Amino acid sequence: MKKAPELKLVPTPGQTVGPFYGYALPYDKDNELVNQGHPNSVRLHGVVYDGKGEAIPDALLEIWQADEQGNVVSREGSLVRDGYTFTGWGRTAVDNAGHYTFTTLNPGATEAGKAPFIMLTVFARGLMNRLFTRIYLPEDAEALASDPLLSSLSEAERKTLIATREDDGSLRLDLRLQGEDETVFLSYPRES
Amino acid sequence: MSANTNALDPAASAATQEDISAEISSIHEDYRQQLLAGKKAETQPRMDFAPYRSSLLRHPTKNLHHADPETIELHSPAFGQRDVHALESDLTIQHNGEPIGERIVVSGRVLDGDGRPVAGQLVEIWQANAAGRYVHKRDQHPAPIDPNFTGVGRAITGANGEYSFTTIKPAPYPWKNHHNAWRPAHIHFSLFGTDFTQRMITQMYFPGDPLFALDPIYQSIADPDARDRLVATYDHSITSHEWATGYNWDIVLTGSNRTWMEEEEAEH
Repeated sequence: MKKAPELKLVPTPGQTVGPFYGYALPYDKDNELVNQGHPNSVRLHGVVYDGKGEAIPDALLEIWQADEQGNVVSREGSLVRDGYTFTGWGRTAVDNAGHYTFTTLNPGATEAGKAPFIMLTVFARGLMNRLFTRIYLPEDAEALASDPLLSSLSEAERKTLIATREDDGSLRLDLRLQGEDETVFLSYPRES
Repeated sequence: MSANTNALDPAASAATQEDISAEISSIHEDYRQQLLAGKKAETQPRMDFAPYRSSLLRHPTKNLHHADPETIELHSPAFGQRDVHALESDLTIQHNGEPIGERIVVSGRVLDGDGRPVAGQLVEIWQANAAGRYVHKRDQHPAPIDPNFTGVGRAITGANGEYSFTTIKPAPYPWKNHHNAWRPAHIHFSLFGTDFTQRMITQMYFPGDPLFALDPIYQSIADPDARDRLVATYDHSITSHEWATGYNWDIVLTGSNRTWMEEEEAEH
């Protein structure tokens, strides 16, 4: 791969989301990318933990994903949901027990043979800057095995990015910001 | 219960400002030595910054893993008129009366790391009121809530990446990081780019704030030039006659990956 070109401007630093985003960033149906009544709706959920294994009650998560056919959609309406338009983006504040829930669709593969994943961003009080990661769907073993990112990780690291499919069809993935089973967080080219 | 209870933040300590300031100085001195030894300047806050006690258990200890961005990561959600009403950028007209405080206009542009304007994207802000109080149930600071000020705004950037908010200048407020800890006045900004990898949340500060040197959140950015990038500039051309004083603050996101990766793709 070619080296990413140098930036012309220096990026502005990030800062923690702080403790008081609760009246500002969450909004009605923020975590409902589709209605719970949608025939293909899937619950994506888990708990966010700190380095002591304690649940973090003041984290904010966002997901961004393709639709069921693997199309990246570009549609307005994420902040004012009409209940019909799939915009691919959602946000949720965790509850007092650090638990998050999104109602969404299983993303399709964006290209044939690619492992489908959901992009996730984590913000929290005490977290200086946002963290990025991926939530992979567990089903396509062949695609997961040939995924370039997953292939560059150890077995233990890989596990932190692949969701579990629960009996009711839900996807479950816990996030650990620090510690033994720390989630693999990502950096991308052109950050500085 | 005393006024200095740490109940809101289990990670808070009884450290003094002198303790915290000494820790900050020591980290900054190490950074200065690194720069002298030829290391690249840092542009972002340290994830592991002990003077901000809540960061201790909430930062990853492993290096971030490099990923080559793929499809979804090379795009961003779309926001527009359907999502945000034009009046949401004026935080002074959300209630029946005028909020108390110093009316200000904060304007600027959102650019990417290549200097291109980020047009038609969402900017969200939130802040304390003129007394240093947030409309948030966990904010127990005994300063008055202003019934005419919520402190939340949204805007969609224009064709040149421009945004403008009319609001009230927020005040500093105390927090529980250490004894007698005060945050410099700031406005929280939430930003989207053209790739979701450019997503960021940050804080804008006001020029000359005497609390800068004491604040472990602001000082978590070890590089002094990088810290300056969070400080707005007083701009008399934004100030309007008998109405509001004006500040300018431009925001630079990281670089887009879509353009160069698509170009590379096309070469194959």
